[in-house]
Amino acid sequence: MSETWIILGASSAMARALARSLAADGHELLLCGRDADDLARDAADLRLRGAALAEVMAFDTRDPDSFAPIIARAEAAGGVVNVAVFAGSMPPQEAVESDPALLDGVVTDNFAAAARFLLHIAPLMESRGAGSVVGVGSVAGDRGRIGNYVYGAAKAGFHTFLSGHRNRMARKGVHVMTVKPGFVDTAMTWGLEGMFLVASPSDVARDIRKGLRKKRNVIYTPIFWTLIMLIIRMIPERIFKKLQI
Amino acid sequence: MQLNRDRYTGWGRVLSAAGGRARPEKARMLDGAPLGPAMGQRRAYGDAALKSAGPALDMTRLDRMLAFDPDTGVLEAEAGVKLSDILTAFAPKGWRPAVLPGTGFATLGGAIAADVHGKNHHEAGTFGAQVLSIRLIGSDGTARDVSETTEPEVFRATLGGMGLTGVILSAKIRLAPCPSGFVDVDEWRIGSLAAYLEAFEASDAPFSVGWIDATAKGPALGRGVFEEARVSNRAPAFAPVAKSRNIPITPPGFVLSGPVVRAFNAAYFRRIPSAGQRRTRPLASFFHPLDGLTNWNRLYGKKGFHQFQCVLPPDSAAMTIDTMLRRIADSGLAAPLAVLKKMGAGRSGPMSFPMAGYTLAVDFPNRGGAEALINTLIDQTVEAGGRIYLAKDSLATPAQIDAMYPELPDFRALVRRLDPEGLFETDLSARLNLRGAS
Ligand SMILES: Cc1cc2nc3c(=O)[nH]c(=O)nc-3n(C[C@H](O)[C@H](O)[C@H](O)COP(=O)(O)OP(=O)(O)OC[C@H]3O[C@@H](n4cnc5c(N)ncnc54)[C@H](O)[C@@H]3O)c2cc1C
Ligand SMILES: NC(=O)c1ccc[n+]([C@@H]2O[C@H](COP(=O)([O-])OP(=O)(O)OC[C@H]3O[C@@H](n4cnc5c(N)ncnc54)[C@H](OP(=O)(O)O)[C@@H]3O)[C@@H](O)[C@H]2O)c1
Repeated sequence: MSETWIILGASSAMARALARSLAADGHELLLCGRDADDLARDAADLRLRGAALAEVMAFDTRDPDSFAPIIARAEAAGGVVNVAVFAGSMPPQEAVESDPALLDGVVTDNFAAAARFLLHIAPLMESRGAGSVVGVGSVAGDRGRIGNYVYGAAKAGFHTFLSGHRNRMARKGVHVMTVKPGFVDTAMTWGLEGMFLVASPSDVARDIRKGLRKKRNVIYTPIFWTLIMLIIRMIPERIFKKLQI
Repeated sequence: MQLNRDRYTGWGRVLSAAGGRARPEKARMLDGAPLGPAMGQRRAYGDAALKSAGPALDMTRLDRMLAFDPDTGVLEAEAGVKLSDILTAFAPKGWRPAVLPGTGFATLGGAIAADVHGKNHHEAGTFGAQVLSIRLIGSDGTARDVSETTEPEVFRATLGGMGLTGVILSAKIRLAPCPSGFVDVDEWRIGSLAAYLEAFEASDAPFSVGWIDATAKGPALGRGVFEEARVSNRAPAFAPVAKSRNIPITPPGFVLSGPVVRAFNAAYFRRIPSAGQRRTRPLASFFHPLDGLTNWNRLYGKKGFHQFQCVLPPDSAAMTIDTMLRRIADSGLAAPLAVLKKMGAGRSGPMSFPMAGYTLAVDFPNRGGAEALINTLIDQTVEAGGRIYLAKDSLATPAQIDAMYPELPDFRALVRRLDPEGLFETDLSARLNLRGAS
């Protein structure tokens, strides 16, 4: 059965890979983002790859007025509604340290906007009694690291929100899955120093589809990050504060 | 735009570059990217997709199919789309790329720039034959549509032009009808080179290719497995795409040492029953047999490998291939992958590889003696009036290329006119003086 998928941050390479996988199964896709011209190219591509429908909708994390039309469009579509959140931003930690005002944007892009959107659409999803939410957080949200803790804190906020939202939505048959990627080969990481074990966006998309099939609550992708983060989470704070990782 | 400064290699992993790569993920990002030669999935073996002296443009993320007209079969797509993606999306709709090289990882841009050929070359010609127009970014940074009607000379020089005329942003190509997701493949053993060439002459199948045991000597010289195929009318349904396996690490070099290869080849030869066999196979596994094993080039170890590929005119082919195979077998350097194929005359641009005759392709691990051997083989190719394939080469000299590509002087003049500063220079064009600047 074809379902509606709202994809927030559809221009991300990970989002594109998930959209292609969903298109191959004939789903209906709402590609939400800022660069409408470029997303129109994705929409055309996804239709040729099998999507029953692929439409571009304006979405800006900094402009909450952009949320309602997307929700209205999904409501009009009928049937099962799913949401996948990929939108996020990661300015360098040093930039935020020298201009703390940047923090608000990081929190909005990685946490507040998505949370607000999900709260808005929750009644619709509950009323349909099915569907899923894919929330992309990050391994960076598991621990505050010296090199990236503002971004990490926003992701941690999103993780906690998703955990509570999962509890709420599960009661009405909606599944909420938290996705914590390690390093992924996207625009965000291209050319950055110190990348290792970099996964491809299509690997992440495959893990997301598999996680959904198995109704997993929280997944690390690729899977070996489960172990890496287990160890990192176990390091006592008094030692962690001296580490340069 | 952010540059990735990591060292990168061609498919053979012998040559590498670290001039920086920009990788736009959206069409708009091209505006802020430094202009340099384009590259696709870097399935070219040598230095065609490398640039040491400056930044290059990785086009693999601009990979969207933009429009398709089911009445004409014309597809417009961004240059970074993989040919296997086109096949996967369109075969169930009854269409396929008319020409498919041995790997589906090749991008549309790479297929145009190398004017690639497939197992149906003798019938269908090269990839360029189905290209209707190309959106090309020139050295001034602006994009324009180039076709046989607007700028015939530039259009043809871009087909097989190895990226030297500009960056291919997108293109319109005509797909071929594809009534089935399967092909019927007939395979049988061939005992000698003479028998091989006869089999090719006798075959009337649209697809044909031969695996050759480049380690066989004496009376077995030239033995192999001949394969011909026709689109199936027995198996209408489409197969799900098989999951691929990966070679995650670089294994030690002995994996492809002489004795192992000889044993493998002997077994591979005997795998085919002496009476031959017929199998019905899904399109993707027929066209791209090695793609199921991602990163198989790592099997050759850290030092990498070379591929030698030449094409020889019909009158000199039999003799030249015979001496080449002798040399190769005596050297003990050959790898399992060696391919013989009959080629037609079809070629689309002045720098396109094909000519009517036979093409021989052999892989060599990058071990002592391999480079000298390949150099001798290239000289033999020149003598025989043939040519080698730029997409596979890492070793030829400018003089050898001059002798093999008679239209090179005109190509040089055009490329220098289009790109006076040499923005699109690659390590290949610098090594072989393809721009003629020096
Ligand atoms: C296993 C294997 C089997 C193969 N079999 C065949 C075969 O049967 N027949 C055949 O013809 N070839 C074959 N090849 C070679 C391969 O098809 C070509 O090298 C092809 O060009 C690879 O495409 P790519 O996208 O990886 O291009 P790259 O290797 O990245 O680039 C190749 C050339 O194309 C240029 N280029 C790439 N993209 C663009 C663009 N957007 N705009 C301008 N120029 C561009 C580059 O500058 C470079 O000169 C094979 C290769 C492998 C690894
Ligand atoms: N790459 C990694 O290693 C990695 C690791 C862990 C987690 N993640 C997370 O994975 C998600 C996808 O990131 P990515 O790696 O694919 O990088 P990306 O290409 O930068 O993706 C970020 C996405 O967020 C969108 N976005 C940014 N600001 C926005 C705004 N104000 N309004 C609307 N959309 C906005 C971007 O849209 P535009 O195209 O319009 O800018 C883009 O679609 C992010 O949440 C990221 O934090 C990435």
